Amino acid sequence: MRIALFVTCLADTLFPAAAKATVRLLERLGHEVTFPADQTCCGQMHINTGYQRDALALVRRHVRTFAAYEAVVAPSGSCVGSVRHQHAMVARAAGDASLAARAEDVASRTYELSELLVDVLGVGDVGAWYPHRVTYHPTCHSLRMLRVGDKPLRLLRHVRGLELVDLPAAEQCCGFGGTFALKNAATSTAMLADKMRHVMETGAEVCTAGDSSCLMHIGGGLSRMDAGVRTVHLAEILAATEEA
Amino acid sequence: MSRTFLGMPATAPRGVGNLRGDEPFPQAARKALGDDQLRRNLGHATTTIRRKSGSVVAELPDWQELRAAGSALKAATMARLPELLEQLEAKVTAAGGVVHWAADAHEANRIVTDLVRATGHDRVIKVKSMATQEIGLNEALEAAGIAPVETDLAELIVQLGHDKPSHILVPAIHRNRAEIREIFLRAMPGVDPALTDDPATLAAAARRYLRETFLSTKVAVSGANFAVAETGTLAVLESEGNGRMCLTLPDTLITVMGIEKVVPAWRDLEVFLQLLPRASTGERMNPYTSMWTGVTPGDGPQNFHLVLLDNGRTAVLADEVGRQALHCIRCSACLNVCPVYERTGGHAYGSVYPGPIGAVLSPQLTGVADNASLPYASSLCGACFDACPVKIDIPSILVHLRNQAPHPRSERMAMAAAAYTMDRPALYARAQHAAKLTRRVTHLPPPLNGWTASRDLPDPPPETFRDWWAAR
Repeated sequence: MRIALFVTCLADTLFPAAAKATVRLLERLGHEVTFPADQTCCGQMHINTGYQRDALALVRRHVRTFAAYEAVVAPSGSCVGSVRHQHAMVARAAGDASLAARAEDVASRTYELSELLVDVLGVGDVGAWYPHRVTYHPTCHSLRMLRVGDKPLRLLRHVRGLELVDLPAAEQCCGFGGTFALKNAATSTAMLADKMRHVMETGAEVCTAGDSSCLMHIGGGLSRMDAGVRTVHLAEILAATEEA
Repeated sequence: MSRTFLGMPATAPRGVGNLRGDEPFPQAARKALGDDQLRRNLGHATTTIRRKSGSVVAELPDWQELRAAGSALKAATMARLPELLEQLEAKVTAAGGVVHWAADAHEANRIVTDLVRATGHDRVIKVKSMATQEIGLNEALEAAGIAPVETDLAELIVQLGHDKPSHILVPAIHRNRAEIREIFLRAMPGVDPALTDDPATLAAAARRYLRETFLSTKVAVSGANFAVAETGTLAVLESEGNGRMCLTLPDTLITVMGIEKVVPAWRDLEVFLQLLPRASTGERMNPYTSMWTGVTPGDGPQNFHLVLLDNGRTAVLADEVGRQALHCIRCSACLNVCPVYERTGGHAYGSVYPGPIGAVLSPQLTGVADNASLPYASSLCGACFDACPVKIDIPSILVHLRNQAPHPRSERMAMAAAAYTMDRPALYARAQHAAKLTRRVTHLPPPLNGWTASRDLPDPPPETFRDWWAAR
């Protein structure tokens, strides 16, 4: 299958390892990955901070960039959530019914990585090897906007060498929330403190998730505390093999 | 047919009621976060209710269908609200009640105060009611020389403590039993000075005090959970039986009800009486469900007044996205699952409606500018939407209201610059490189110091993804 990578601005700029791993993984599974270079940002930050008018151009760009592809994948539940649940809404609010229809069309072919692997490609075992003790944080948008359910866990359970440990209170938000982390920094930090406590209780070496944004938040806190737990994107674990 | 445009419906007026806080949410939240006792009380209480509600919700095989039915009933009701309210008025009047229409808090307070004055009494007993808290009825009655006595145990604790409620269902959730004992010893008339902080003993002390009051007070004020348009029947759901006392013992009953509480038909209660107790208190069936239709000669209050309150609700109804906030049945499930509420408590929201539903309801009732920080008091985690028994899409309303909120000038400029850059891939790539070349920083200037106060920034990678892809 020919798959277009929607890299997300965050992974492109700050967490390219997650995006490279997505490419390597899909190519290893025999698929062709393309990277439409006109893409930038889906506009979620603008939409969620109250700037839908500014976001309109970004929505238009995103829809135009990915209109021609039969499948689009992103290493992020949150950005796919925005594409699926917000793009058409922004277009409609601006009175552009045609853009809304095209946005819905693109959204219907846009998948978060675990959705693409399990639902579209029908893969459970991606042939990965990752000999570490890992705990998984289900990010809010993958869980409650996309309903990925246990798909990431099913993929992780097949990874050879990986010891998966349950995260207590896993479904509680880490406190990131985009600009929430800045506008309500104290509350965000209080939520993060509980998330980090639960991560450390697991004794895991690695905390993984399907969103670089939440991992940036959890990882930023763990690093500040010198907690000795790393954050690694789900794509990087699934892309890891004994050879590389 | 000629039409007259009467303008947009009014929002709740300033200077009356309890819908606006003294300071923005982030500041109020910071204070609350510093109170360790409060956080322990809240964490304990919300975890307990969450667990209890979760287990009784899980045992119903048709919970999702019930939610869908509740949501559909509310949407259908809002679509013909004027007609249903007029039907309700006709039925209540035919059954011997008197219906009053209050455009806002001022009018409602004046109507109730005048009605109490007309009875010649100077004390009223109250059933727990959000609508009367919203309009500041107790303050208005006190100003008129009338003493309101809250009879719900938690509301009584709040009232005696000269405090404010911090939860829709459990208004004294921020208090533990040692604090409650102190409040009772200080403020409860005739309390036993040897009172302990044993919960049963505390409840018994309140019961002794309240029984006296029930038997000697001739006027009661209540809210309503539901009003059935086809029959004119009012319904109050409560757990302690104090409400039943207030609704049956006095000569005069005055009910203040938000106009969104009407339901079309008696059979609609079948859905809501299943949804509400499971979502709120975690009970399978509500303990005390009182229903009355007008006046029954020789039985119960012989004078019944229904005050229909707008106070900004029509303005909410005018907003296509925001209007679903009017579907709320005040169960408080969204508060109990909210990670923000659990850590800040209800007072930080500055309104009688705290938590996720408060963050979407209060700004709409007052106009967003008067509660501009509330739509941002959420990480948009979505737990509230999942928990809501009538499926109010709170995260979408939050995003919608953020788009209407006034924004700081510096933020507006930064957002416009970011959008401009991101709509130009070459410029965007140059901006990425600028970010990449920045050496690792540990402390950023405001407002970005909100991040670096507690979190490290990621190390900038040696190359962006698009660089790597281009070089492949």
